[in-house]
Amino acid sequence: MSVKQEKLIVNGKRPDGRKLDEMREIEAKAGVIERADGSGFFRLGNTIAVAAVYGPKELHPKHLLDPVRAYVKCRYNMAPFSTTERIRPGPSRRSTEISKVIKSALSSVLFLEEYPETGIEIFIEVLQADASTRCVGLNAASIALADAGVPMKDLVASCAAGKVEGQIVLDVAGEEDCEGEVDLPIAYVPRKNEIYLLQMDGIVKKEELKKALDMAIKGCKVIYDKQKQALKCEYKEVKAK
Amino acid sequence: MITEIGTEYVKNMIKAGKRFDDRGFEDLRELKIERGYVQNAEGSAMVTLGETKILVGVKMKVGEPFPDSPNEGVLMVNAELGPIASPDFESGPPDPQSVELARVVDRGIRESKAINTESLCMEPGEKVWTVCVDIHVLNDDGNLIDASSIGAIAALLDAKVPELNEDGTMNRENMKKKLEISQIPVACTIHKIAGKMVLDPNLREESAVEGRLTVTSMDSEKLCAMQKGGECGFTPEEVYKAIDISIKKGGEIRKKHFGA
Repeated sequence: MSVKQEKLIVNGKRPDGRKLDEMREIEAKAGVIERADGSGFFRLGNTIAVAAVYGPKELHPKHLLDPVRAYVKCRYNMAPFSTTERIRPGPSRRSTEISKVIKSALSSVLFLEEYPETGIEIFIEVLQADASTRCVGLNAASIALADAGVPMKDLVASCAAGKVEGQIVLDVAGEEDCEGEVDLPIAYVPRKNEIYLLQMDGIVKKEELKKALDMAIKGCKVIYDKQKQALKCEYKEVKAK
Repeated sequence: MITEIGTEYVKNMIKAGKRFDDRGFEDLRELKIERGYVQNAEGSAMVTLGETKILVGVKMKVGEPFPDSPNEGVLMVNAELGPIASPDFESGPPDPQSVELARVVDRGIRESKAINTESLCMEPGEKVWTVCVDIHVLNDDGNLIDASSIGAIAALLDAKVPELNEDGTMNRENMKKKLEISQIPVACTIHKIAGKMVLDPNLREESAVEGRLTVTSMDSEKLCAMQKGGECGFTPEEVYKAIDISIKKGGEIRKKHFGA
């Protein structure tokens, strides 16, 4: 462990000048991968992810076919060059777990029963990583699903809150990420006021967790609006697809 | 569709406030922990939760530390859902379920700082102890996460550190030094069935689970890990309620089975 230097949070300002409950800059786009049935791009500060959706379509391998609902395949992947240290290509235990929780979160808003015996494939690529990659990937995938015209109950928005130097902050990033004591990524659906993804690590008191969850939900509402805007922007003029 | 009829049956039962074995929604099945089950392991525990049987073994080996933590030993948690435990499990590379199981248990132990990893360093940057926790599921009758979490910490508490001979080989005779464990993290998973919160479902009940939330608690107010699974959402209020139940149940388990 390196010797702790100066404080990260000074007078309520964080290393990158943000307030405690302020999110990084957001950029969202729909329709960035032409071959796909739907696609999305999401940037949160320096974390960038793209997602593509193929389907509902024929599913391989066949034994996964479900006679009552569509089968959702989800692959979260980090590009080898997306972090300081190169990531070995191929699935890792971490990416396997993240793919699983993202798949559950997104499946919950899809009308899967409408498409029995088919597959819906979601591919998420993290291109550049600076914390919250699962949230940014999920946000991109949510846009991609809507862009693909897959019937959805609502968009899923995701962001993280955390604890840095004993203070609850929104959207941990940069230096805070290494020093952070707690990380709480969530995915939230505003219209239903329900949480579909929730993970937490680090020692936290019950009251602090409530505060963090509250803050993350507020963050998700901001992201939700950006996702909607991105889709409206893409479909301002009716495009022949 | 037999399975669908089965899940509907379970849901109707839960709606009517009933369970197969007349338990309350927040009651666990009988929990038994048999420590020191495997002689050749540095630590082990056989956990029986109802008919769910899990054997957890701890092995220690000499290894290199990670470059970003040269003064710390390494913790590795692995889970095997082999075909012996259920006709639904297949041999082969770990599937997402076993990876998630291992990582949720791992997070609970790691984040609670239960293991003093610095005490496992022999030569900074060169030689440290690697603690391998292997979760071996022998019979799946539901609620593998909670049973594995209890088994893992019980096995770690049972573990002893081998002596190193001059030539670097390990001496496992008369191991006296206990592995230092300072916390007892316990995972408690709240399952939603027919909109109700239910603890410790057996396999039949588990087939009807719509969503789950695992909360790993350390004591009466501190948490160290959480994991949501399944497709059904939780409102913020439900999350808070789940935390309260988990803290209460975690405390009961610590008191009854770990004397803490």
